[in-house]
Amino acid sequence: MLWQALGLGLGYNATLVTLGATLLGIAAGVTGTFLFLRKRALVSDAVSHATLPGVALAFVIMVLLGGDGRSLLGLMLGSAVSACIGLLCISALTGRTRLSEDAAIGAVLSVFFGFGIVMLTVIQGMSAGRQAGLESFLLGSTAGMLFSDAVTIAAGGALVLAGVVALRRPLSILAFDPGYAAATGMNVARLDLAIMGLVMAITVVGLKIVGLILIVALLIIPPVAARFWSEKVTGVLWIAGLIGGLGGYIGAALSATAPALPTGPVIVLTLFAMFALSMLLAPARGVLAAVIRHLRFQKQVHLRQGLLALAQGQPIYEKLTLRLLERAGLARADGVATEDGKARAAKALRDEHRWQMARSREDFALAATYYDGLTEIETVLTGDQIAELDRLIGAPKGVPA
Amino acid sequence: MTPLELATADGARIAPSNASSAFDIQGMTVSYGQKPAVFSVDMSVPKGSMTAIIGPNGAGKSTLLKAALGIVTPLAGSVRVFGAPLDAGRAKIAYVPQRASVDWDFPTRVLDVVLMGLYRELGLLRRVRKGHIADAMDCLKRVGMEDFADRQIGQLSGGQQQRVFLARALAQKAELYLLDEPFAGVDAATEAAIIDVLKSLKDAGKTVIAVHHDLSTVPEYFDRVFLINTTKVAEGPVGTTFTEANLQTAYGGRLAGDQFGNAAIGG
Repeated sequence: MLWQALGLGLGYNATLVTLGATLLGIAAGVTGTFLFLRKRALVSDAVSHATLPGVALAFVIMVLLGGDGRSLLGLMLGSAVSACIGLLCISALTGRTRLSEDAAIGAVLSVFFGFGIVMLTVIQGMSAGRQAGLESFLLGSTAGMLFSDAVTIAAGGALVLAGVVALRRPLSILAFDPGYAAATGMNVARLDLAIMGLVMAITVVGLKIVGLILIVALLIIPPVAARFWSEKVTGVLWIAGLIGGLGGYIGAALSATAPALPTGPVIVLTLFAMFALSMLLAPARGVLAAVIRHLRFQKQVHLRQGLLALAQGQPIYEKLTLRLLERAGLARADGVATEDGKARAAKALRDEHRWQMARSREDFALAATYYDGLTEIETVLTGDQIAELDRLIGAPKGVPA
Repeated sequence: MTPLELATADGARIAPSNASSAFDIQGMTVSYGQKPAVFSVDMSVPKGSMTAIIGPNGAGKSTLLKAALGIVTPLAGSVRVFGAPLDAGRAKIAYVPQRASVDWDFPTRVLDVVLMGLYRELGLLRRVRKGHIADAMDCLKRVGMEDFADRQIGQLSGGQQQRVFLARALAQKAELYLLDEPFAGVDAATEAAIIDVLKSLKDAGKTVIAVHHDLSTVPEYFDRVFLINTTKVAEGPVGTTFTEANLQTAYGGRLAGDQFGNAAIGG
């Protein structure tokens, strides 16, 4: 069943939804990247909640104009207008009062959402129009998605994607260094508005599939997951698009396998699974890699300290050090150095003296900056330079047995 | 001449038509809330000079630069760059912000940061070509960071970060360099490298203005000083302006007397 779904073999509606969700996921992931890099992820939450009154008002207006109030394009337009007003409220609150942005976001989000819910309840009591199902904009609903809906979503997503790709250069500079961006003559306020406009567009486009409460997940989880895999803006951008697209595709296909599974939430859970995998397994920034790196580093430190202690005839009290030395064949369980251990210990001590000499001499100042107690001196200095250090130190000292 | 005498009721002023002037600020006033951080400050920096902006903490040194560049919006004041209005002269300005003002865990490499300096040239869509990369590498070489081009910026030390910022400014091939605390918290080797670059810029006829906090190096590094403590205290060549009297006015009782003696001319 799942394989059938992934192969788009579950019928017309499921195929439409899956393709729409994939495109939406790509566009949302890419757009969300700059939101994330600009550290304004929460604004998207306020924007999405602020769409609700617009959806309700658009429905009322369309009914008053004699329609049935269910045109997706009309509802999207309405939601865009109220999201805009919400955005303006946030920037007015932060710009003209002493409120911080998070407080402004909290206020706008809850008030707009509350107003929207009131409007929805009122509409439920209206006799005109086909109000049933309007509340599906909260969590998305893909049952009965039309081909025209899918085309609207695809076209909107593609437009937003093109916008982000075109603006990626100034947006990267702005996200990294807003002061520099302003000094170069970029209009920072307008660029920030552009990001928000694109985010708003994604929210509006995504209302039908994931709904306004969960759209923030499509914007934020992909870049956050992608950040684990890449150290470049363009890398994060494309990987976020990939993760978003995969999440949309797999999530929609999964939800199509059982009639009771809601599409939006399943997509979000799929994205979360990819985030969790990224966090654990990513090679450079992942949690497992960090743990392994830490353990390896700890081992290195203990071995080096143990060798220096052996070389200077000091007793080793730390059990971990002893165990590591023993396992490396450098010492016996009672802390006495093996032949191999003696040689290595002597070398460690000699290198330590060389480093100390290098650090005390101005002509080695640059090399001395590499000293961290672990770096092998041969990787920093040439044989001639080490010989020069040895000459400065004097005759090699004996190692106490 | 005290700064207060310079302020006029309507703030209107006629810019001096000084052809050899690289950077002119007129009546700059910036306020965070009701208290001005910078009040009615004038500045006139001749072409090819090296000017240190000095003053106590919170005196408005960085704010003056930021307002002059439009990074913060001033209440009043105008700026002319080589005689032209700010926006017409932007292409001639390279700005080096405070190192601590950005998040160094940003996903970018050293070379990419330097390439940001070519943004005016590249615009939105033009592709980065080999020539651009060669330019950027050249700038990295001038600050001694060419071996770090592919490093993630999060792995750099403070001094290396500062050099990368300077390289980005060099990539702009500007005429006027504005630096905000370029020597703050950097190692001695970096400080020497930066001052070498700045002096070579001056030798090439460029103009350099830097917010500076270390009074002891002012005479060695710069040929002009600009003293500020919310209002302008004094401006001119180090030899005549970097005096104990001016420092006393700018810093009040916040510096011990013997520090003046070490730093100031004729102290």
